[in-house]
Amino acid sequence: MVSKISEAVIRIAGNSQDGIQAIGGFLARLAGRSEQEVMTFMTIPSTISGGPSIFQVRIGSGEVLSAGDEADMLLAFYDHSYTAHLGSLRKGGIVVYDSDHLKPEAIPAENLSKYRHVGVPISSLTIEAIGGTGRDKGKNVYALGLLARMFDLNVPKLHRLLQERFTGKDPKIAETALNAFNAGYNYTLATAPELFQFKPGENVGQAQVVMSGNEALAYGLIAAGVRFGAGYPITPWSDIMELLRRELPKYGGQFQQCEDEIASVSMAIGASWGGRVAVTGSSGPGISLKTEAIGWAVMAEMPLVVVDVQRGGPSTGMPTNIEQSDLNIAVYGGHGDSPRVVIAPSSVEDCFYSAIEAVNIARKYSTPVILLTDQGIATRIEAFKEPDLQKVVQDISPDYSAVTEHKPYDLSAPDGVTRHIAPGTRVASGKYPVVTGLEHDELGHPTGSPKLHVQMTAKRRNKLKKLATELPAPVVYGAPEGQVLLVSWGSAQGPVQEAVKAARAAGKAVSSLHIKYISPLPNDLEKIFEAFTHVFVVELNDEGVNGIGQFGGLLRVRYADKKIRGITKCDGLTWKVREILDRVAALTA
Amino acid sequence: MSEMAFPFAVLPRGANTNATPVAPLTDADRKPLMKKDVSADHPTWCPGCGDFSVLALYFKLIEKRRMFHEKITTVAGIGCSSRFPYFVQAHGAHFIHGRALPFASGVALSRPDLHVFVFGGDGDAFSIGGNHFTHTARKNVKLTYVVMDNNVYGLTKNQTSPTSPLGYKSKTDVWGAKDRPVNPIKQAICAGATFVARSSSTNPNHVLAMMEQAMDHDGFSFVQILSECVEFYPGAFDNANPRKGGAFAEVPKEHDVTDEYASYRLAEDLTPGKFGVIYKVNRPTKNANEAQIIADHQAKTAGLEPWQILKKNFDRMK
Repeated sequence: MVSKISEAVIRIAGNSQDGIQAIGGFLARLAGRSEQEVMTFMTIPSTISGGPSIFQVRIGSGEVLSAGDEADMLLAFYDHSYTAHLGSLRKGGIVVYDSDHLKPEAIPAENLSKYRHVGVPISSLTIEAIGGTGRDKGKNVYALGLLARMFDLNVPKLHRLLQERFTGKDPKIAETALNAFNAGYNYTLATAPELFQFKPGENVGQAQVVMSGNEALAYGLIAAGVRFGAGYPITPWSDIMELLRRELPKYGGQFQQCEDEIASVSMAIGASWGGRVAVTGSSGPGISLKTEAIGWAVMAEMPLVVVDVQRGGPSTGMPTNIEQSDLNIAVYGGHGDSPRVVIAPSSVEDCFYSAIEAVNIARKYSTPVILLTDQGIATRIEAFKEPDLQKVVQDISPDYSAVTEHKPYDLSAPDGVTRHIAPGTRVASGKYPVVTGLEHDELGHPTGSPKLHVQMTAKRRNKLKKLATELPAPVVYGAPEGQVLLVSWGSAQGPVQEAVKAARAAGKAVSSLHIKYISPLPNDLEKIFEAFTHVFVVELNDEGVNGIGQFGGLLRVRYADKKIRGITKCDGLTWKVREILDRVAALTA
Repeated sequence: MSEMAFPFAVLPRGANTNATPVAPLTDADRKPLMKKDVSADHPTWCPGCGDFSVLALYFKLIEKRRMFHEKITTVAGIGCSSRFPYFVQAHGAHFIHGRALPFASGVALSRPDLHVFVFGGDGDAFSIGGNHFTHTARKNVKLTYVVMDNNVYGLTKNQTSPTSPLGYKSKTDVWGAKDRPVNPIKQAICAGATFVARSSSTNPNHVLAMMEQAMDHDGFSFVQILSECVEFYPGAFDNANPRKGGAFAEVPKEHDVTDEYASYRLAEDLTPGKFGVIYKVNRPTKNANEAQIIADHQAKTAGLEPWQILKKNFDRMK
């Protein structure tokens, strides 16, 4: 029986060295090439090698907003993968398991009645197909062959992907991979209860690129014209650093791995002063270390992009799990009054464009901009419309030509914004600027003047209030009025919008509002809130001692509106649509 | 989603800058800058502070080497001596405590046309900034680091510094310092600095000579300059001052500056120790290594616009 489906959620569970991410990556890339929407969800253990790992891919012919609450199919390599992940399978879903590891007779009867089971001796058949060398190697590609058969995937395209992936290595490796794939594909699925076929994708004719959020963000920075960066290794930020280190030299740029987090932010700030906005980044603990230097960039009004790929905190916390608990440090981190810009991308595609926006805002307002992504967006792979690179890639080469006179902190500047001249720039008046963390006069020289501190503090604040007036107003998803408004930021956008769809389908007056610009906030949000009875801020962090999440707290302070409440959790996992709906029901009961 | 609220904009240069076109100046048209041309704020240092001498000799160096305003780049961290950039009429940055070196490295690596001078004190260099001192030396970033070492925290009013000698009585060691002090010279050589020199603010000609040689060195050049804090540690370096009955002993002529172990031995005792270039070797700079990496990569992308290079990557991600 072949069923026509418009989407499927496939969860692959095994150990981290099994190449599970590789299968997921192939499926995602294939979906991208088939003009389908794709969203993946990945967990990697923080241990160096070994340990359970999963990859979940949701492929759809239409819009895919989240990785999916429940899997339609589970591919389990071991007993433990079977036991741990069977619960993620929908009732009646199919579990394909490696019968070399999980003996059919060991499967409890109640499971057999609840889920459809297909046992395939994956390990031994892989060895049979490609020889006995790498015992666990090739299982992933064999399993990909099985999936290709079950979902009637495009075999020539998969062959090409495999060849591309293994090109450059020993040609025998590519051949072995193809053999493993073909063996899996040709396995007689006599026991398969159902075969599937995807309906054609909706994005016909649209060239799509497939990448992770970290990749999209790094490429966005390159497109924006960033040519210098500095960082220190930390999960899950490191991918961005590695990519920039590898790619920037092609553009005449460089990325420096520093001795520590503080050195890396300092080096990036130094390079920014050199004339061209630079980038640094980290995850939770590293951001804590960078806060003093970020405060300097606020004070000296130096453009800078700081990427924070959030993970579970505090301290070392849950390094490979998702959490949105760095909002407070991003917005308020550091001592003194130090307003800065915080932008939170919501998807892989948004990472690319937000990186460019961050650079442009940093330049235009001469300010540090924090790009707040999270482990979820960072590691998941999505397909999105290929950007028009010729149009998007920008040149921000600095101008070192001489000027007549210059005051970096000119209080009477018409737009109220500092613009620096880089060292190497001649000033005909002979009066040169100093950039500093001390409160300063208009030329940057230190002052203890109470009046100047008041004026300069206001200058740093007012430029961001001016930015707020330029921010696009967020648009309500669903009806512009009703009972419940769900507010999301960052990666919560997809699951929240799916929850809205489900709630509206059930006749409930639920809408959502996604806010990308966290600080400053766009103006007039209160007018949107007015049209709803409840405003629930859905975010992945704890309600804290004040009983509301971090963004919820910020909105409460700004709007002093008691109807703003939080829907929060901190289990290290992405939102399930069901969880959001249940919480809404409980809060409105 | 692919709409950007903040597309690229050419930033106006006129907002807080008078960008009225400036007539070009050739170097030949320019006169060497004298003290009056390059001095800015009056130093905040106490009368008699050794740092005045270092500042005056930086001005001398600028004059002697015909450096012009726009190329003079002065960076510092936090401390009495780190106020330095405010006193120099040129591009300057006063960064946070202990982090002047990575900041300056960011400038030096991204702006090969500039030679950056970093000034600071012993606390900034060897205590809070210790990690950066080690790694900047190791990476051999091309810049000059002048540490005005007074063996005490002066700006915060007399606490023990990493170079305070054993027994030094400060507000944090009223009974006399018990922690073994840092030996900055041995530490610099061990970390991989390629130019290590010592001087004392009481010997102006020597200070100038050391700063000049440091500037000409292709790599990380470190100069320790003993600079007395007259307020909290008066007389600290009298033993290096012939006018105060001490001896300013220069590095012996026969010393081989490329001999690492001989240099360690020369730096064994720094009370007051020997003055001059103690260690100097040539090793590829970080700047040169990075430039080579860039050249190798750009050879492969020659003739392509940035968007075309990026397009190649995107084509592989389809």
